[in-house]
Amino acid sequence: MLIRTPNLLHPTEAEATDEALYWNRRAVLAGLVAAGALPQAAQAQTPLPARRTRTLDEEPTPFDTVTHYNNFYEFGTGKEDPARTAGRLRLRPWTVRVEGMVAKPQTIDIDQLIRQFPLEERVYRLRCVEAWSMVIPWVGFPLAALLRQVEPLGSAKFVAFETLRDPRQMPGQTTAALQWPYVEGLRLDEAMHPLTMLAVGLYGRTLPAQNGAPLRLVVPWKYGFKSIKSIVRIRLLDRQPPTSWNLSAPNEYGFFANVNPDVDHPRWTQSRERRIGDWFPRRTLPFNGYGAEVAGLYRGMNLARYY
Amino acid sequence: MRPMARWAVRWGVQLAMALPLAVLVARWGAMAWGLSPRAAGLTAEPVAETINQLGLWALRALWLTLAVTPLRAVTGWNWLAAWRRPLGLWCFAYATLHLMVYVGLDMLGDLGLLWADVVKHRFILLGMAGWVMLLPLALTSPRAVARWLGGRRWRVLHRLAYVAGLAVAVHFLLRVKGFQIEPWIYAGLLALLLGLRRWPARAIMHWTRPRA
Repeated sequence: MLIRTPNLLHPTEAEATDEALYWNRRAVLAGLVAAGALPQAAQAQTPLPARRTRTLDEEPTPFDTVTHYNNFYEFGTGKEDPARTAGRLRLRPWTVRVEGMVAKPQTIDIDQLIRQFPLEERVYRLRCVEAWSMVIPWVGFPLAALLRQVEPLGSAKFVAFETLRDPRQMPGQTTAALQWPYVEGLRLDEAMHPLTMLAVGLYGRTLPAQNGAPLRLVVPWKYGFKSIKSIVRIRLLDRQPPTSWNLSAPNEYGFFANVNPDVDHPRWTQSRERRIGDWFPRRTLPFNGYGAEVAGLYRGMNLARYY
Repeated sequence: MRPMARWAVRWGVQLAMALPLAVLVARWGAMAWGLSPRAAGLTAEPVAETINQLGLWALRALWLTLAVTPLRAVTGWNWLAAWRRPLGLWCFAYATLHLMVYVGLDMLGDLGLLWADVVKHRFILLGMAGWVMLLPLALTSPRAVARWLGGRRWRVLHRLAYVAGLAVAVHFLLRVKGFQIEPWIYAGLLALLLGLRRWPARAIMHWTRPRA
């Protein structure tokens, strides 16, 4: 099933960022790195030319914050741990296996994958289940593009994703914080939705390891934990796959995990969120503000039950 | 201990308990000065980090308070008894700041929102219950009040510290996502501190009982 909303994904030439400006911003970033204002890690990321296809009239969270405050339990349970310890993740060689109920299963090299589809820059909100949020300019391509390439069979109804499992590279995997490897899943129509993307970069450069390099999912209307990082395997299935946080605490984290201000986490409210950088909490929007585009996917479903 | 040493130890404890607060105040000062929250050591979420730090130190101070009596029993160092009140008051100070920052900067002073949070979420309810139980203990800590209350009633009332400890231990367990070891370590320590009071009581409590 394909849902096309071309008006959103293909802006006119006038809406796209002027290339001169784009490269200029990168020069500013490079200057900051040279001046020592940006941390060493930023230098390791290479530029990724992309067309800006989606913006927000909200201020993006600074690069330094996006790359130094996140959850990635493979690298520790503290939110500043990933930036400290993700350096040991070996990003090359890296392949992604796409298999299951597809006509053309493939093992794709990450560098080939990055060149395979036109890269887009999309500025999305990210709402963590812990009630904080950011605005991030991702670089990547629609997941649908990759799925179409492997030709899902008619029997395929769900997509399962899997993170790398290697405790030597991912020290958090020596703890029992979660079951490893981290697994996530989407219904096929959610996976094919034009908003769902596979990100390979942010802020115009390849992803830093701590943000899920070299390849991660971004599903902006769902809580952040759905957006699985450092993906090595994608499988198309006829039944709903298990998902990590749901296995850990089924009463707290559902399969759908759509951002919903009306369904509280058992331990805290989801009606509000703290936008990183703001002093005062703000109201959380249904589907994280993407309801006009995605609410149709859940028509007739009781979202308090299927949280 | 000689008076000099006792004086040094007493002030050492006071300074050690004041230090985490001083560090937090300095970090907020650095942020007010213009440093980014992360550069100031408060992470990208200074309010959440401050709440976490204050809560953790309230918990640690409570555990230290509850450690005084068993430690005294094991070592026979009766001078430790003098630490119980200052440690307990530090616990109340950190717990009160923890609550104030949560209510003031997270709930923005909205008491309706606070009430909704308390009745809907066990995690919040337990933390709140912990503070409410500490309140009468702090209020009855001045010697004059304790004397007015009478030694026996005072002792019974102050057993609330054990219940507060249990509430706080579960509050911390509910704080984290996934399996994390830290709150379980504190829960285990609390079990040990409370267990020591019951089980070999007669055997190890060989100090002279304080006169009522």
